[in-house]
Amino acid sequence: MEVLLSLLIGILVTTSVYLMLARNVLRFLFGLVLLSNAANLTIFLAGRLTPEAPALVPQGLLSPPEVVANALPQALVLTAIVIGFGLFAFALVLVYRGYDALGTLNTDAMRYAEPVEESEPTAKGKLEGPGL
Amino acid sequence: MSWLLALPIILPFATAVLVFLLRTRGAAGRWLSVAGCGLLLITSIALMAATWSEGVVAAQMGGWPAPFGITLVADLLSAVMVLITAITGLAVAVYALADIDSRREVLGYHALFQILLAGVCGAFLTGDIFNLYVWFEVMLIASFGLLVLGGDKAQLDGGIKYVTLNLVSTVMFLTGIALLYGLTGTLNMADLHGAVRGVENKGLLSVVAVIFMIAFGVKAAVFPLFFWLPASYHTPPVAISAVFAGLLTKVGVYALIRTFTLIFTEDTAYTHNLLLVIAALTMVTGVLGAAAQNEFRKILSFHIVSQIGYMILGLALYTPLALVGAVFYLVHHIIVKANLFLVSGLSKRLTGSFELSAIGGLYKSSPFLAVLFLVPAFSLAGFPPLSGFWAKFLLVKASLEVEAYLIAAVALVVGLLTIFSMTKIWAEAFWKPHPEGREPVLSLLDARTRMALMAPVLALATLTVIIGFYPEPFVVFAERSAAQLLDPAIYVRAVLGAGT
Repeated sequence: MEVLLSLLIGILVTTSVYLMLARNVLRFLFGLVLLSNAANLTIFLAGRLTPEAPALVPQGLLSPPEVVANALPQALVLTAIVIGFGLFAFALVLVYRGYDALGTLNTDAMRYAEPVEESEPTAKGKLEGPGL
Repeated sequence: MSWLLALPIILPFATAVLVFLLRTRGAAGRWLSVAGCGLLLITSIALMAATWSEGVVAAQMGGWPAPFGITLVADLLSAVMVLITAITGLAVAVYALADIDSRREVLGYHALFQILLAGVCGAFLTGDIFNLYVWFEVMLIASFGLLVLGGDKAQLDGGIKYVTLNLVSTVMFLTGIALLYGLTGTLNMADLHGAVRGVENKGLLSVVAVIFMIAFGVKAAVFPLFFWLPASYHTPPVAISAVFAGLLTKVGVYALIRTFTLIFTEDTAYTHNLLLVIAALTMVTGVLGAAAQNEFRKILSFHIVSQIGYMILGLALYTPLALVGAVFYLVHHIIVKANLFLVSGLSKRLTGSFELSAIGGLYKSSPFLAVLFLVPAFSLAGFPPLSGFWAKFLLVKASLEVEAYLIAAVALVVGLLTIFSMTKIWAEAFWKPHPEGREPVLSLLDARTRMALMAPVLALATLTVIIGFYPEPFVVFAERSAAQLLDPAIYVRAVLGAGT
């Protein structure tokens, strides 16, 4: 089970890195979602997997008699999911507003806050490609 | 005691709720925000007094004993960071009285600003690594809101870069927490201090340390992870970028100092040497980037990056004197940097632009403002006897003591190049006549606006001068704080109780 989940995390990270290397901001965001899910799974896995052992204390006892599932990572993952969801929603709206205002999703063409200056010799020729 | 630790977080949140309800009432909301910051300042002074007399103070939230519950804990470093947050917050809140337009007020500027302060204070006070993540998120979401508030084109452009790169860093942070928890089974930072010593897989521990270094490195804007900062900090109104410039990157530096003195001290030959290389490269790239810029706030933004290098240098050397330098630098830098951004806003108001080629004449028309610029600018460059001189002096002395001559030379040369940038601003904005023949006199602003804009600049400049002329008590403070950092047993005992 651990191996399977580790492999899944690996695949998620690989895919997300591939997506995040794209110039398109939307693809970057999708990559980010996969990456944050990989992080959530890592937390889950870090708490060790104990299937079919609910974290319940029987009546009359002060602590569970046997090993039970670790509830803490689940609480952490829950927190992380909620926060991640909120941030992703914000980022999506931001990118949409950015697309509205700047007319592009290409990060190379987003030069409004940092315009290419006349006196600036760096990479000017490169930036005058068809994407701009 | 637990109230004293919780108040710096509760107060800004309560203020945020109230000012949000009053956001359409104009003056009422504005002044309430100032009042909230004033209360925060009083609380943080009380907290400072408590940590000064009692050492490290800790409180268990909800009555759950450590390491199971969330602990709030303040040592001298935390207390001084909260204090400086309150000072900066108050200065910017007063400045915002005249700087934030009514459109942004209705959108909730003051509420977001208070939430940002709450997040920053929470990050400084928490003793739990996952809780630190939560406070980072609170701070981040508030800063996202502030950065794009109003939705100008440039703000959206800068905002996209800021948001995306910072989100990557939070995911890194989360992954680091997961691996650290998997290795040690605890999240309490004081408990982690002992638990990492029992970890057998030292290699994996170093990997986790580097993951944390990357996560906090993005927040602190170190080389090569700083690109979001100069892309975004010059886009929002000054009352927003000043508080960002003063506080946000410093939370990253604080987190680095905290984790790399309390938790990741097993393999300092690897981690702290890596930090040393990062520090040198951060200083150099930041200052060179600034030299290539021609916009007031962009120059200042690149200087944030280069100054972060000095603080990391203090941490990386990891000697008592170096940590004294790092703490002193941190305090001095927040005041100076926030002040320079506020001055840039005043200059924009008077001359009409942030572009250095389009402005001028400030020295002739408003000599008082020129003096108020010179104080933080010379302090940043390290002119004696201003505060920056002592900060740099401590760090250079610390590097000479351990015979790190190269890094000492880098620190000195970067200081020299800082003067170059500051004289560029001086020559362009203050010395040369205004290209359109405008006379940027202070009386262009009406009396109330002038008061609101000048008072915080004057107050922060006075603080810089005081630290410069009477560095003794501040150095003594930094020495005690560094001693606490180098002896984590005090921190651990305060959190976990005397039995450990």
